[in-house]
Amino acid sequence: MSHGRIMLALSAVVALLFAGSLVTGVADVSPWESLRALVIDDGTPLPLVMREIRLPRAILGVLVGASLGLSGAAMQGLLRNPLAEPGLIGVSGMGALGAVLSIQTGLVGAFALALPTAALAGACLGAVLVFFLAGRGSGTLPLILAGVALSSLAGALTSLALNLSPNPFAASEIVFWMMGSLADRSFEHVAMAAPLMLLGCAALLTTGRSLEALTLGEDAAASMGVDLRRLRLVLVGGVAAAVGAATAVAGAVGFVGLVVPHLLRGAVGGRPARLLPASALGGAALVLAADIAVRLILPGRDLKLGVLMALIGAPVFLHLIWRMRGEP
Amino acid sequence: MTLLEVENLTVSRKGGKALDAVSLQISAGECIGLIGPNGAGKTTLMRAALGLIPSAGHSTLAALSPAARAARVAWLPQSREIAWPVSVAHLVGLGAAARGRGDDHPAVGAAVARMGLGPLAHRRATDLSGGEQARVLIARALAQEAPLLLVDEPIAGLDPAQQIRTMRVLRALADEGRGVMVSLHDLGLAARHCTRLVVMRGGRIVADGRPDAILQPALLAEVFDITACTLATEEGTIFQPLATVAP
Repeated sequence: MSHGRIMLALSAVVALLFAGSLVTGVADVSPWESLRALVIDDGTPLPLVMREIRLPRAILGVLVGASLGLSGAAMQGLLRNPLAEPGLIGVSGMGALGAVLSIQTGLVGAFALALPTAALAGACLGAVLVFFLAGRGSGTLPLILAGVALSSLAGALTSLALNLSPNPFAASEIVFWMMGSLADRSFEHVAMAAPLMLLGCAALLTTGRSLEALTLGEDAAASMGVDLRRLRLVLVGGVAAAVGAATAVAGAVGFVGLVVPHLLRGAVGGRPARLLPASALGGAALVLAADIAVRLILPGRDLKLGVLMALIGAPVFLHLIWRMRGEP
Repeated sequence: MTLLEVENLTVSRKGGKALDAVSLQISAGECIGLIGPNGAGKTTLMRAALGLIPSAGHSTLAALSPAARAARVAWLPQSREIAWPVSVAHLVGLGAAARGRGDDHPAVGAAVARMGLGPLAHRRATDLSGGEQARVLIARALAQEAPLLLVDEPIAGLDPAQQIRTMRVLRALADEGRGVMVSLHDLGLAARHCTRLVVMRGGRIVADGRPDAILQPALLAEVFDITACTLATEEGTIFQPLATVAP
């Protein structure tokens, strides 16, 4: 299948799942009525439900999924390792820490968007720290080590916050937030996170040509006109913006950035530049599908997106490893 | 025409100098064999001349922007890294992409044909044998169509026929007017296919000249610690190391 057709097919799947997400919910109305209520306000509560609850949820599904899928493909391209994922640079861990601290300290009640704001602040701090720790050198090893150290630190501090949580209610709120979800998100969440996610994704999409050259290693890429230092800055900055904002509004959603590029690599002929937009669409499709599934599988029980994603992601990943066994 | 000029190029490492005030010129039409024992500074010289590692001194390539440099020189590192399962045709096309050209540029097809890769063009590069991959990577460097080619041990690990073919291609490029500098350990192939040999030891150039003038018993014993037998034939000089000088 040609690249154009693959992109077209993925776009169609995303569009279908977007519509599917819009018509999935507890209200017992037909899909057609639901979609109609998006455009026509007939005075019933349905248009309000569609516009204020389901539409932002579906939009965030697309944006969060695209951010995670694209970031995963970009990180794998930069590190030339199919096991790389966006969480590697520690920005999502720091974002989660910010959110957890806002719950732990009670800041979350101070204003409407306190939690995502705190998460975003944590992610920004994480990005600054990882750049500072990795230094100005051009190697990727310091970057990975800085990310791993930062992730560990964020994880330890998150555990400490849980450990010292003032009451069981705060502790359970922290645990549930960390499972990741798109439920009950509003347009304020969209307005807050979308610009950053779009900016991050736009930056990542410019790295295609450099990532192609990097297929041959850093030395060869540098001799082929790639400014490695600049590439690293744009790519890590893009991942930080996209994943930091995604974590701020959706919590910790793992496996998307790891599994989606894996699944699509064969379809794009292994080419890192083509994998970027394909993984953005693939990530959007996966998160939309999972977010529909959490509403269908256990309606009323609030199954968390991050939990379902791990339940899907881990076996898919195991299957990929199983298939790779025989290869050198 | 001078394609590369380095002057007093020095690379400092902990505990000494990996490259010690090296000066060198490469002109169009030259196929330079860069020889010397392990750790002599051959790779360091090429990477410093390209500006890939920090150095003191002057190199006409090091100051260029990455894009401008890609138009002046193609660099083939020794590590044959191919990270993703891309097709051979696409991988060779990366050389053209370095000049802002597409996969369909004539240079790509020419490089594929020159390295005998036609039948493999649509195979995945990661599925090929080591020797085939080496040819693919040379083709990538050719597709860059730069006037100067720096190649680090391209024949290591290749079978004898591939070694000879590779050296013939490099020599032919020089005969067509490009400049080539190739590091290698096979002194016999270096003697037969290079127009000039540059000998390094301990981060310095210790000899520079025509192959038959360079590969003399005194230098071989001094630099390489070997005695050798040389035999003049119609194909050129056959060169065979015999024994080490020191026990």
